[in-house]
Amino acid sequence: MPDMDATIVSTERLTKTFGPRTAVDAVDLSVRRGEVYGFLGPNGAGKTTTLRMLLGLIRPTSGTATVHGLAPGDPAAVGRTGSLVEGPGFYPYLSGRENLRVLARYQGLDDRAVDRVLERVDLTDRGGDRFKAYSLGMKQRLGVAAALLGQPDLLVLDEPTNGLDPAGMADMRALVVDVAAGGQTVLLSSHLLAEVQEICDRVGIIAGGKLLVQSTVAELRGGTEIRLAARPLDRALAVAMRVIGDDAVEVADGELRIAAPADRVPELARALVAADVDITGLHSVERSLEEVFFDLTGTTTHHLTTASEEVPA
Amino acid sequence: MTAILTPANPAVPLARSVRAELRRVLRWPVTWVLLGVWLLLNVLFTYVFDWISYRTGTATGPAEATTTVDGLLPAAIPDVLTQGMPLFGGALVMIMAALAVGSGYGWGTWKTVYTQGPSRVAAFGGTLVALAALVAGLVLVTIGVDLALSAVIAVVEGHSAGLPAAGPLAVSAAGAMLILGMWASLGTAVGVLSRSPALSAGLGLVWSLVVENLLRGVANALPAIEGVTYRLPGSSAGSVAGALGATPVTDGGSPGVLTELSGLAATGLTAGYLVVGVVVALAVVARRDLL
Repeated sequence: MPDMDATIVSTERLTKTFGPRTAVDAVDLSVRRGEVYGFLGPNGAGKTTTLRMLLGLIRPTSGTATVHGLAPGDPAAVGRTGSLVEGPGFYPYLSGRENLRVLARYQGLDDRAVDRVLERVDLTDRGGDRFKAYSLGMKQRLGVAAALLGQPDLLVLDEPTNGLDPAGMADMRALVVDVAAGGQTVLLSSHLLAEVQEICDRVGIIAGGKLLVQSTVAELRGGTEIRLAARPLDRALAVAMRVIGDDAVEVADGELRIAAPADRVPELARALVAADVDITGLHSVERSLEEVFFDLTGTTTHHLTTASEEVPA
Repeated sequence: MTAILTPANPAVPLARSVRAELRRVLRWPVTWVLLGVWLLLNVLFTYVFDWISYRTGTATGPAEATTTVDGLLPAAIPDVLTQGMPLFGGALVMIMAALAVGSGYGWGTWKTVYTQGPSRVAAFGGTLVALAALVAGLVLVTIGVDLALSAVIAVVEGHSAGLPAAGPLAVSAAGAMLILGMWASLGTAVGVLSRSPALSAGLGLVWSLVVENLLRGVANALPAIEGVTYRLPGSSAGSVAGALGATPVTDGGSPGVLTELSGLAATGLTAGYLVVGVVVALAVVARRDLL
């Protein structure tokens, strides 16, 4: 089955409870080979717990997961996965380079592999400094270097931009894009939706332990929306509904929001002028992932269920 | 060699883990502080203090003086090698093991280690082998230091600097490794169970230095618990040392050294505790969620 090859990570009703609290609730996600998958959600949504299950660090309460077609935690699967989960974990008394050399021993790699990944995250010059003397951003970069060690097929990066300054975030994004261009699959979690929308092929949005939706970024953000401020508003509403369609128009914050692509703007403007409507503002906007996210989490449970049913198989 | 070291060989992940763990343990200052403290204590309590009292306490008479210097000569090493190990040496080695294991939970390094490729059992097996190598190395270095010091004393005092017999020395070395190995094993188990360096080192110290000693104190008054008390880890290790020739504390010897159990029974119990510590640690490591 070609689908087996195309999917590098998949979960089926993956669930983890801690006592009475359900941290991850029946999550079905799939990451395809070669893509950058954004696993998005607020802090405490269950992102890290899900990633820990995929790495075999914790056992699911119920449900199943496969990584590289194997059970999570299987040494063969772990060996082909590089990860940085819940902050970098290194020996504080060793230098950054020495920490990576210890990890290289575990993987049976030589020290040249260590130098290569240090170079990749721009830590070559500071590789000799003790880990505990590193800034938060340097620690994070060393964590990414460790994940890159051994050129794994799959990179699992949990909040890789944590602690990075804006320049560091941009570098990290560039690194992820570069890694993906080299054919490695990246599963990336983040609570910063704006930051990942440009680099992810597909995203899964999780909140309260439930995967709300899984889709391509383009699909999620949908088409553009036209925003119209005009007087009198009721006449503008009637015109917009006639030109674009009854269901596409809604009134919010004293203006009209019209679900239509930007190329409908001239037609709409002509119709409004012809109907003697005064236009005070007319522009098209693209929804950000953040807006999508708030739309998803701000709506009723019924709506959310519908959304997650739309998850492509 | 290359043919044996194919990835399919289950020994490969363990061998890789041993190299990695030895590397990080040997570069850890704490390791050298604890091992150094042991060597210092050993030198002070086995040789320096006794030698000073021998040289300054001649008033006690020639007969006692002779017995004192005998213990300071190279030939006595098989008898005196283990005398500090049931209590102080064991406590230091246990702290080392508990810290080496427990710290990883706070640093987050176990999470990193268990996602490198070797299975958890192989990776933690690397820790156990590395600690065993440290214990073996420590015993050998201790013997070397003892040989050097006792030879100096023998020459200065005009006694025989002849080497101890190889057989008894080897048996004592094995006994020393067993005693320290048991404490190291229990230290790893406590470190794994507590997931905390401070708690594991603290609990281990209270147990080895306080609880067992207190129990031995009340055991004489309460025959019901006497049998159990002398079979606890520290007391079993103490009887191993006693069977190897160390002077028990009741005869003015080192604290922790006992002769309550036969050499065979003490050795069996100590080895049993060593195995239990290893099995508990490995079983918990293999099964427990790493949060």
